[in-house]
Amino acid sequence: MTALLEIKDLVVEFATESGSLRAANAVSYDVSPGEIVAVVGESGSGKSVTALSVLRLIPEPPGRIAGGEILFQGSDLLALDDEAIRRVRGKSIGMIFQEPMTSLNPVLSIGRQMTEAMRLHLGLSAAQADQRAVDLLKMVGIADPESRLKAYPHHLSGGMRQRVMIAMALSCEPPLIIADEPTTALDVTIQAQILELMKDLCRRLGVALVIITHNLGIVARYADRVNVMYAGSVIERGPAQEIYRHPGHPYTVGLLNSVPRLDRPRGSPLEPIPGNPPDLVSLPPGCPFQPRCGVATAGCADALPGLEAVAAQHWSACFRSRQVYEGALT
Amino acid sequence: MTADPHHPAPLLELRDLRKHFPVRRGALIQRTVGQVRAVDGVSLTLSRGETLGLVGESGCGKSTISRCILKLEDPTSGAVLFDGSDIATFDKPQTAAFRRRVQAIFQDPFSSLNPRMKVEEIVGEPLIVHGVESDRSAVAARVRQLLDVCGLSARLIDRYPHEMSGGQRQRVGIARALALRPDLIICDEAVSALDVSIQAQIIRLLEDLRDEFDLTYLFIGHDLSVVRHICHRVAVMYLGKLVELSDSDRLFDAPQHPYTQALLSAVPVPDPEIEQRRQHQILPGEVPSPSNPPSGCVFHPRCPLADEDCQRTVPDLDVVGPDHRAACIKIDRPVLEPA
Repeated sequence: MTALLEIKDLVVEFATESGSLRAANAVSYDVSPGEIVAVVGESGSGKSVTALSVLRLIPEPPGRIAGGEILFQGSDLLALDDEAIRRVRGKSIGMIFQEPMTSLNPVLSIGRQMTEAMRLHLGLSAAQADQRAVDLLKMVGIADPESRLKAYPHHLSGGMRQRVMIAMALSCEPPLIIADEPTTALDVTIQAQILELMKDLCRRLGVALVIITHNLGIVARYADRVNVMYAGSVIERGPAQEIYRHPGHPYTVGLLNSVPRLDRPRGSPLEPIPGNPPDLVSLPPGCPFQPRCGVATAGCADALPGLEAVAAQHWSACFRSRQVYEGALT
Repeated sequence: MTADPHHPAPLLELRDLRKHFPVRRGALIQRTVGQVRAVDGVSLTLSRGETLGLVGESGCGKSTISRCILKLEDPTSGAVLFDGSDIATFDKPQTAAFRRRVQAIFQDPFSSLNPRMKVEEIVGEPLIVHGVESDRSAVAARVRQLLDVCGLSARLIDRYPHEMSGGQRQRVGIARALALRPDLIICDEAVSALDVSIQAQIIRLLEDLRDEFDLTYLFIGHDLSVVRHICHRVAVMYLGKLVELSDSDRLFDAPQHPYTQALLSAVPVPDPEIEQRRQHQILPGEVPSPSNPPSGCVFHPRCPLADEDCQRTVPDLDVVGPDHRAACIKIDRPVLEPA
């Protein structure tokens, strides 16, 4: 299947007081039509910066997209002028952010914010756009949608605001939605409601979904394929079941061993990854994970490993990925 | 493990604790138009060496309980008993002694550490305020020792909070909490803001310290996987009330209250194969306002088992199994075998 979105060797740099840093360091991943792809990683791994680059939302300066390609339906988004990228945002790619209170405009009514994009991108009249907004709110499970159009964001709970964001993201029927930590700020029962809603709608409408998260449980429940990021690079990619059952990178193994699990009794062993994530201004030589890695060898500090296939549709960026994959190093 | 859940004298006891906040209207002449029942009749005990988890969603009252225990709020009614005495009756010296013995670790070490103080002052301040150490070199030596216990290099003693990572800051917060050798530490979302790999390090540290210093924790959190990992017993709250209280493994393996069941079902397990087999029960609706709680059982509007009885009857926290209580009239009461 041809990819809907293909990110190739994306480099994003930020100028900081202590020097220039690469928030995304040759990031590549792709998304096929209708699938759910997870991008998982810790703070500073580059997962959000990559997503923001797709919609060209990186603040410049201090940020700068310094290289690579982002192909969406075959055309390079990085080559578009401002006018053309505005037609992509909302129309072709919907975006859902973590904190709906900051991504919704507090002084505009819900109806005004929902209909703006539809009138612009779909050319609907005010009445048509209102009707479509009501239908969309119904679809995302908001009761009494007509009166909600007149409400302001602060009238709604966090879960309701996130439902409005989903309705807005879907409003122009984009083939792709990018959701950046969509439920991190929500309570667990509301998180389940929102994720279930997103999954059902995307499956039903054939929309591809990129979920950016740090939560390995959410990835396991919802994703078809997974990209694991560390220090600005994708260090492992594969089908979700594969990645959890046979991780091919020591960092992925470390992550899986450091999450407490609801299905394991008290005091089950937890093996934290030692040390801290690297400072992006002064990355360690060679593999960026090498100083924290339990199976690193002398050669790991000499060169940066690239993604190599360890199984069908499964890649890992580690010199010892074969042995890690086979479980020979634990 | 040092815990003995059947220890006769609890270190901490909450007796029918209530904290209601008045809702006021009017600019000049204020009148009270209602009450927010943040905590509405909670009774709990916490034994020495035990870790009790207090879980529930935003607005369930768990943080208000921690503020009442820390004497940052006065209860509307009921009592907080520490080592057998009501903390509301303490005079000044007794309060000072109480504050030495009860410490807290908060969620965001960036906002709970003074940005203008160096690590030495942050960790050493409680020692000076409580008159434990007076000369500067003795304080510095004790601070170095505390940093070492918390896995921090003594080199960090001259750093400011912004010069450290999130994990290091949380270790500083823990070192400060340990400075006065407390008996009880309230961990209020203490690992919630940390990245996965750092969170695991801090959980391990809290467990090691518990064993080494015989600490008692009240562990308040919303991440149920973390709570299961660290807690001996767990109390589940909903809208100001306790709905279930049990030994941790029993609660997670066989939850009795429908709210607990839904809460556990909402938490994804990091294993796609298990997730595919699991039943996902999605709880409808949202938590109602605590200023106008539903009649009868406060959970009934969202409960899959609720009927008319549930709208009328306020359920008691009844025994549903050995060391296991739940507040639901729809649970079959087991016939308990004599212990």
